[in-house]
Amino acid sequence: MPPKSFEVKPKLDESGASIGELLEISMGPHHPSTHGVFRMDVVLDGEKVVKLKPVCGYLHRNHEKIGENISYLASMPYTDRLDYFCSMTNNWAYALTIEKLAGLAVPERAEYIRVIMAELTRLQNHTSLIGFFVHDMGALGTPLMYAFREREKILDLFEEVSGARMMCNYMRFGGVRVDVNDEWIARTKQLVANYGRFLDEFETFLNQNEILLARTQGVSPLTKEQAVNASLTGPLLRAAGVNYDVRKVDKYGIYSRFDFKVPLGEHGDLYDRYMMRVLEMRESIKILNQALRDIPAGPVMDPKAKLRGFRPKPGEVYGRIESPKGELGFYIISDGGPNPYRYRVRPPSFINITILEDMCLGHRVADVIVILGSVDIVLGEVDRCQPI
Amino acid sequence: MIEEGLKNELQKQGVYVTSLQELYNWGRANSVWPLTFGLACCAIEMMAASMSRFDLARFGAEVFRPSPRQADLMIVAGTVTKKMAPLVVRLYNQMPEPKYVIAMGACAISGGPFKQGYNVLKGIDRYLPVDVAIPGCPPRPEALIHAIMTLQEKIRNQKLTGPDRPRHLNAEIEGEYPVPAYGKHDLEPPKNPDVWQPPTMTRT
Repeated sequence: MPPKSFEVKPKLDESGASIGELLEISMGPHHPSTHGVFRMDVVLDGEKVVKLKPVCGYLHRNHEKIGENISYLASMPYTDRLDYFCSMTNNWAYALTIEKLAGLAVPERAEYIRVIMAELTRLQNHTSLIGFFVHDMGALGTPLMYAFREREKILDLFEEVSGARMMCNYMRFGGVRVDVNDEWIARTKQLVANYGRFLDEFETFLNQNEILLARTQGVSPLTKEQAVNASLTGPLLRAAGVNYDVRKVDKYGIYSRFDFKVPLGEHGDLYDRYMMRVLEMRESIKILNQALRDIPAGPVMDPKAKLRGFRPKPGEVYGRIESPKGELGFYIISDGGPNPYRYRVRPPSFINITILEDMCLGHRVADVIVILGSVDIVLGEVDRCQPI
Repeated sequence: MIEEGLKNELQKQGVYVTSLQELYNWGRANSVWPLTFGLACCAIEMMAASMSRFDLARFGAEVFRPSPRQADLMIVAGTVTKKMAPLVVRLYNQMPEPKYVIAMGACAISGGPFKQGYNVLKGIDRYLPVDVAIPGCPPRPEALIHAIMTLQEKIRNQKLTGPDRPRHLNAEIEGEYPVPAYGKHDLEPPKNPDVWQPPTMTRT
């Protein structure tokens, strides 16, 4: 039976006597602001949320099961479709994990290209996220148009090197697929140089906007304890004031060479989460400037890396990176065969929405949409494993 | 029907002659309102098509309506899982006639890269009459624009009377499509035999 779209329930006080009515509604899976096919069963007292249950599985595409039945390299295009905004970082996380398992080295130039791609991905993800976030608050269209205008410019760069706008399938175990040319680097430099100006403009419009302040400041504050207990990662955790960034903790790739700061929030409310994205973009621009300046010449693939008939030695490995949404990890068990024995994804979106109920309780139903928007979920990543 | 030559001659004099059918189809073809209905990756390209660079508004199709009651085009943008398929069909049933379906991307056409999965519907055409299919994973926004232009062409050539008139003008055809349910092993029924039959192979 399909779920009921709404249900009226009695509201009980401590002694069990009825003192009113509660309304249970089903938001989603077809809802313009749930960022995909996501459903929330919300129990409302008037306009206040008293209970919220996230229901996922509407986009369960058996990602992990497929990954266990195909070769290691064949999983690479599937990782594009996990978090379809950030295919480059997904590629990198998977490539990093397999390199750790097989002990492959990555040439210097490829490491630089990976950092450039990852930070460009962070820029376009955060820009479009802010567009959607403000869209959810009722600013229909305009900020999103600005955001997508900038996003298209970055997608052009991706398309030029990888051949695809969104599903790049660009990284390989032991390097990247094709080298970038000098003209591409010059164009990227130009884009990065102009990006600061776009951010200035965006911030002028939004930072002191009265509606944005009223809708975000003090709404759904998260304490450090709550954030850590729910094992949040990414901008959501840093907005709550916890200094944890996998780029700084693990220093994977060549991130130890770059000079950048990790912005931290104070209150963990929606405004902090918004500002966190803006500040992270500023830091990404710093990293991009350094990477584009220092990129050396050389090969982009480890000559020892084998693409076809790749069989790593038996063992298990967990590799992780800081994707724009948080810690993205892959856990692989190899039995020495051509395909992994176990293939598991630790998606940041899925783990970040586990705390959705705590964030929404006591808030109005209109705030639920904005809170969900601030978590930055992508359903391909949320529903990658078996539905619970 | 009026002759083309006479029609052109009259137009030069400022007299426009047309048939009700042409006027009706002209109006409908140029104001297609799609349903805001994103399923997966392709939905992002669908959004990009309606945003700054590609500007779907040039084709009269930018008014994305969140409610199926106000929409007349369903763009099935993304993977339809077995959990989602009943809802897709129900949304389609809620749309007023005349209505159209674009299957956007490999997943909506056939299951795409996820076809081998146990939870993925192998093409939305098993339940809904698809008018235009766009291949690609995901198709570019230009491909979606092309699909909308193809659909407009189709609407312009529709007949209002006669045996090949559209469904909504035929009182004998039932308006709603059967909604599948999640059964013990699979969706029940696994297909709508009125719109889809498994291909038959004949050996010669």
